Amino acid sequence: MPRSNSAKNSSSTSESGPTASLVGAADGAARTIMPSSNSPDANTLALAQAGDHHAFAQLYSIHKRRIYSLCLRMVGNAAEAEDLTQEAFLQLHRKIATFRGDSAFSTWLHRLAINVVLMHLRKKGLPVMSLDEAMEPSHDDGPGRSFGAPDLSLSGSIDRLALERAVAELPAGYRLIFVLHDVEGYEHNEIAGMLDCSIGNSKSQLHKARLKLRDALRTSLQKEGQQ
Amino acid sequence: MTEDRNNRTCQEFQEHLADLIASGENVSNNPHLQTCANCRALLADLETIAEAARQLFPIEQPKEDLWDRIELAIQKEEGSARPD
Repeated sequence: MPRSNSAKNSSSTSESGPTASLVGAADGAARTIMPSSNSPDANTLALAQAGDHHAFAQLYSIHKRRIYSLCLRMVGNAAEAEDLTQEAFLQLHRKIATFRGDSAFSTWLHRLAINVVLMHLRKKGLPVMSLDEAMEPSHDDGPGRSFGAPDLSLSGSIDRLALERAVAELPAGYRLIFVLHDVEGYEHNEIAGMLDCSIGNSKSQLHKARLKLRDALRTSLQKEGQQ
Repeated sequence: MTEDRNNRTCQEFQEHLADLIASGENVSNNPHLQTCANCRALLADLETIAEAARQLFPIEQPKEDLWDRIELAIQKEEGSARPD
């Protein structure tokens, strides 16, 4: 289940031990879903489910930023993210009557949008999971191994723009896992279910994604140092 | 390359790091890290990246005309579903 930013922040401050933030979902921290402002009132939802066009437009208005941002993170391209947002809301329109309220509406919609993105990536022929070599044929030794003498460290602080850039440049499979786990807060078992892969695979891909980000950020720091 | 008391090298430690982290175990207590500054720095960097990810990506706004496109697509679907 995804966590909201506020939930992430609260869980990070309540955890102890330097690896708590790396573990993420495995720590069992409580998750909230979305800010309450994103929860449509039951009446709007019921009206939209009954086919009321204005109510549906209101749902779009409430959720558009969150869904578009999710698509953008997952594909890293604004035009593609808009197309996927459109497809997600079209699917919502087709399926909204089937929503039974077993989960929060926002969670349901979030999951629906992720499925739309995954379908899209599969159609594009991207091996969404597990095929490291297909994604990174030139990386014989995997990313970011750090054997030997201590070298440039990130020193506990990261430039946000540099990190966003590095995430955008990750191979799509790595980016997907990183965004789902570290940004959106899904647990490995949920990711494994979504991507039809093993939990171990999800964990290992996430680790590799973080190592690649570390490589990219250190390279960026080195370049800055040379200027 | 550093070896810990159990003769575990950085390479061996890092190969198991993903599993160690995902297990929820407190990796900082791992014996290898007591003797290896390089792997301690690696772990600290991964921690920093995971923390920073939580602050990543402000909520973005799609273009204003996206709703028009969606509305049009809905009308099209509804039109084609309607019997003649």
